Amino acid sequence: MYVAVKGGERAIENAHALLADVRRGDRSVPELTLDQIGQQLALGVDRVMGEGSLYDRELAALAIKQARGDMTEAVFLLRAYRTTLPRFGVSEPMETGAMTIRRRISAAFKDLPGGQVLGPTFDYTHRLLDHGLAEGGEVPPAATAPSEPTPFQSVADLLARGGLIEEQENSDGEVGDLTREPLSFPANRDLRLQNLARGDEGFLLSLAYSTQRGYGRNHPFAGEIRYGEVDVEFFAEEVGFAVPLGSVALTECQSINQFTGNASQAPRFTRGYGLAFGQSERKAMAMALVDRALRARELGEETGAPAQDEEFVLSHSDNVQATGFVEHLKLPHYVDFQAELGLLRKLRAEFFARDGAHQDNAAMQDAAE
Amino acid sequence: MTAPVYNFAYLDEQTKRMIRRAILKAIAIPGYQVPFASREMPMPYGWGTGGVQVTASILGPNDVLKVIDQGSDDTTNAVSIRKFFSRTAGVRTTTSTEEATVIQTRHRIPETPLTERQVLVFQVPIPEPLRFLEPRETETRRMHALSEYGLMHVKLYEDIARHGHIATTYAYPVKVAGRYVMDPSPIPKFDNPKLSDCPALQLFGAGREKRIYAIPPYTRVVSLDFEDHPFEPYRHDAQCELCGATDSYLDEVITDDAGHRIFMCSDTDYCETRRAAGESGQQVAARMERGS
Repeated sequence: MYVAVKGGERAIENAHALLADVRRGDRSVPELTLDQIGQQLALGVDRVMGEGSLYDRELAALAIKQARGDMTEAVFLLRAYRTTLPRFGVSEPMETGAMTIRRRISAAFKDLPGGQVLGPTFDYTHRLLDHGLAEGGEVPPAATAPSEPTPFQSVADLLARGGLIEEQENSDGEVGDLTREPLSFPANRDLRLQNLARGDEGFLLSLAYSTQRGYGRNHPFAGEIRYGEVDVEFFAEEVGFAVPLGSVALTECQSINQFTGNASQAPRFTRGYGLAFGQSERKAMAMALVDRALRARELGEETGAPAQDEEFVLSHSDNVQATGFVEHLKLPHYVDFQAELGLLRKLRAEFFARDGAHQDNAAMQDAAE
Repeated sequence: MTAPVYNFAYLDEQTKRMIRRAILKAIAIPGYQVPFASREMPMPYGWGTGGVQVTASILGPNDVLKVIDQGSDDTTNAVSIRKFFSRTAGVRTTTSTEEATVIQTRHRIPETPLTERQVLVFQVPIPEPLRFLEPRETETRRMHALSEYGLMHVKLYEDIARHGHIATTYAYPVKVAGRYVMDPSPIPKFDNPKLSDCPALQLFGAGREKRIYAIPPYTRVVSLDFEDHPFEPYRHDAQCELCGATDSYLDEVITDDAGHRIFMCSDTDYCETRRAAGESGQQVAARMERGS
């Protein structure tokens, strides 16, 4: 007697129990704590907070633990939690110029006010596996020096003073929010930037790379990359002034790109902008390049490359959407498959019937000859 | 870190209100895709987030919920969504089509005719019927606005020219209330006639694509076709092995390595109800014979 195989509730529960079991793994190995993840896998936590669109190190660490280190799954967990949170309002614009700098570099100027601050970076390391790290052991504290009170003025602002780079239009208007209003096209830059900030790092990286390789080429300079803490303020109606809510760690990238200008406007550099939670330089740089590519139409440049195609980029940047739809192919599709199978059989039957008739005709012709 | 506390049916009330507004607009303009600010849900996009949001927004504490996938109540995704609502909303769930007030479905319309006291909620992957003819949303919205549906007819005609038949077997496009061409979600075209003049409200939710659309009760829904190639619903020429039904949509099941196959109802509730009423197909009849 054939028994139809269906996904019974028991089977699902057992699969979940098995997941919990393998998540914990060998019980003789100590269990990961959220502090360990937050401290020692900090860049993973940063990425999950950024693409998860929620600044909470502890919840992001929990998501990474629950997802067994699958970053897209962790982003998904964080988003699904974020979506349930009430929205109080929008913060005041953050002043990244007043950032408490941990790292600030410019590839456009050898030296500049505030100097080049390398900070914690992989950039100049030799990528040799460090077997000492496998052993563990004490790490001596890093050297410190008193910080200078020099404000770290943004490189783009320095250029703007001489009119060498386009002015950033200061809009007092409300900023859009694609989690509250569905995205429609063409999208304004605020929504584009929000979409890119939540977008998958790998997707943006590849798109940015494609612009460097000639698909929408517009040579960028890393005008400035800075990483550090920035205060967040919220205008409270009740008290009538902005109150500080705390601070968040941010990475900001301002790219300087080739010129714009026309008969009535002097030539000047243009900008691309990237911003990400935590220390996420690859993401912030890729975002700046893609932002600049998406401005092609606005700046009257030739368009047609993938990274310049707003609808293409913004519709496919979200990894929670992408992974959901790709992986939904694992769900049963029996009904549709049956429908296709039915049509295919019918077409084949007609094909063979025609073929048979064709052979009969040929036989008759042979006989006639 | 505090443990999260969730609202009735998971979504907060503001979000539900926003979705209900979209639903009302969708009902007012049958077949028109209303953009809505779809939320992230705790299940993946493509697994029914649109349907889940619609269900969450219309569900009341006295509703009785049925969830099916491929016509069946016990496929993995149906089980998961049913559990989600019994956990977050505490509503009563059922597998009986008759008993349910809200039915969320993926890829099927139940065989048992629906009534005025029921709402059918479809999960929709790609809401835009013109999407595979024109990838750009800006273009397709313009085409809908101008009722510019020639491209769709050309596609169907090309099918006929190439295969001798319209080669769309599911997600077969329909025209709603004589105005909007609509994707009925990937239901087999066997189910298309049930869309028309249905006493129940039919709601369609597409989470990833952020669209909601509706067919109000008793609305005329026509499957696109040509005078000389009229629309024909397809059904395997067989009867259900378990209940003997000759009018239901059938799943094909391979029974052994030699590729033998049997057919059984895709709608499990319909099949069980028939069997409970004493109907039986060949397999059951044969077993009873052996037993006696």
